[in-house]
Amino acid sequence: MSPVIEVRDLRKTYGAGDTAVHALRGLDLTVEKGEYLAIMGASGSGKSTLLNILGCLDVASSGQYLLDGIDTGEFDEEQLSLLRNRKIGFVFQSFNLVPRTTALANVELPLVYAGVRRAQRRERALAALDLVGLKDRVHHRPNELSGGQQQRVAIARALVTSPAIVLADEPTGNLDTESSRDVLGILDRLNASGRTVVLITHEDEVAAHAMRTVRVVDGRVAGVLV
Amino acid sequence: MRIFEIAAFAVRGLTANKMRSGLTTLGILIGVASVIMLIAVGNGASSAVEQSISGLGTNILTISPQRAQPGGTAKPLTAADAAALVGPDSPDVKYASPVVSAQATAAYGDTTHDVGQFIGSDPQYFSTTNSAVASGNLFSANDVQQARKVVVIGSTVATQLFPGTDPVGKPMLVNNIPFTVVGVLAAKGSSGLQDADDVAVAPLTTTQNALTGYGSLTQIVVQAQSADALPNAQAQVTTILNGRHKVTDTADYRILSQDQLLTARTATTETFTVLLASVAAISLLVGGIGITNIMLVTVTERIREIGIRKAVGAPRSSILGQFLIEATLLSLFGGFLGVAAGVIGSQFTIAGIQPVIVPSSVLLAFAVSALIGLFFGSYPASRAAKLRPIEALRHE
Ligand SMILES: Nc1ncnc2c1ncn2[C@@H]1O[C@H](COP(=O)(O)OP(=O)(O)O)[C@@H](O)[C@H]1O
Ligand SMILES: [Mg+2]
Repeated sequence: MSPVIEVRDLRKTYGAGDTAVHALRGLDLTVEKGEYLAIMGASGSGKSTLLNILGCLDVASSGQYLLDGIDTGEFDEEQLSLLRNRKIGFVFQSFNLVPRTTALANVELPLVYAGVRRAQRRERALAALDLVGLKDRVHHRPNELSGGQQQRVAIARALVTSPAIVLADEPTGNLDTESSRDVLGILDRLNASGRTVVLITHEDEVAAHAMRTVRVVDGRVAGVLV
Repeated sequence: MRIFEIAAFAVRGLTANKMRSGLTTLGILIGVASVIMLIAVGNGASSAVEQSISGLGTNILTISPQRAQPGGTAKPLTAADAAALVGPDSPDVKYASPVVSAQATAAYGDTTHDVGQFIGSDPQYFSTTNSAVASGNLFSANDVQQARKVVVIGSTVATQLFPGTDPVGKPMLVNNIPFTVVGVLAAKGSSGLQDADDVAVAPLTTTQNALTGYGSLTQIVVQAQSADALPNAQAQVTTILNGRHKVTDTADYRILSQDQLLTARTATTETFTVLLASVAAISLLVGGIGITNIMLVTVTERIREIGIRKAVGAPRSSILGQFLIEATLLSLFGGFLGVAAGVIGSQFTIAGIQPVIVPSSVLLAFAVSALIGLFFGSYPASRAAKLRPIEALRHE
């Protein structure tokens, strides 16, 4: 069985000339199906850059990225948006919910772009919100929800399309201890039900939830800790 | 993605931020309405002037005294000049009415009124100026001969001095000289620049006696037999007057046909319209900049939202569609409200002018504002839709 994520000699350079920043310098990484991987590393080491490329939110300067065995380098913008919609669920540190829009509408969003019909869309979005424990908050807007609740809405949105991988960039970075525990609990359950999870964190307690941790140093994977 | 879903996003986008949508609509509304109204006012002014002049008829010549050239002497225009203009030497002249105008304050009881135009003339004056009597009678040639102190007043004077009573037969003091009102003229309405009904007409002789003295006439109004006979009438009048005034070089009077008057007046009102149109153009520009501004701010604020939508898999076309529909709805809504406001506002008299809407200005204002709204509402959004999701998310 092929891995869900296979990255070879990935490089990413921001800017050009004297001011160029080499965020990734030939990174290799493989993530197997059903794995729960934590990515750690110093600030500025290139973790977010890597995850954004894995989430098809950004493209690498060079190197190869196979998602579910498909080479993403060949894809045009339309196909990438399809990948983001069907294969990837992304959770941001800063939640990134559409403002002034209910939790339900936020969770339905990827399904709308996937062309799912209204009734089925509602059903799946409600199920996802139920899964993250927000059944009683579906008609609240982001500004009426706590940080932890907003992040749970964001997770519901990430998992509602049943993606191949869920990527989370410091999902607990802006949350208090209790909310962090809720969020990590949800990710644990997701992984337990077979979903592949890749998450970035600074904290060892968070990384302890993962099966495997990789450390990124200066844009390369330094070593694998088990 | 069905278009229906995208349209629903657009509507939700608009209703989610009512303040923003409201301000954008207002910007477009003001731009459209002000252009429509400004042009309507200019157009109203010029059509009012045209109407008031063409109301006089097309077979009219007015003769007014000119100042003497250096070294020459100017003879005054007299009633005898006017009388001499009708005769066998001038077969194309129908009437020639001598006209004097005076400054006059009219009084009845405790009420006084400064009459806009106090005219002294003869009975033909009424037919040349298309004035009909509404109640009472016009004065007669006999009244002129006998210099009777009778006066025919316009409807404004009637309502000012005799509210609620019939003025006919009532005494009216003109500059403290007692006159009797014999008739009231039918209302003509405002001519835009002056009130055509704020008028009083008395016999020439009486007016000269009591008010102006026996200097030069203000005008001689000549009516030709027909509009076609006007050039001949003008030539005959010129010959007679040149003879009477012993004109060798430059005439000491000036003849204007109604056509020339019309041309001169329309020229001034055209200047006025052009002026208003340039003000309107500027307000369209300012309105356009306002719309641009609000649209740009709106879209910039929403680049993050565009990033979020792209991150969950929105294709570029659906984002483009959403913002295009939002901008179209705002522009059309604001444009329609602006047209409505402009049309309603043009129903009111503004500075004494009844605006007359120019249909093409409605179209122009609507089209320009809507296109500006559409362009600046969707173009920056389409640029943002081309960004990678992460670039859009990191924006500001
Ligand atoms: N958009 C960008 N433009 C320029 N430099 C960037 C950009 N994003 C990240 N970088 C740089 O790339 C390096 C890696 O950043 P990042 O991947 O965000 O690190 P981490 O998430 O590990 O803290 C840093 O030096 C950062 O300054
Ligand atoms: Mg980071």
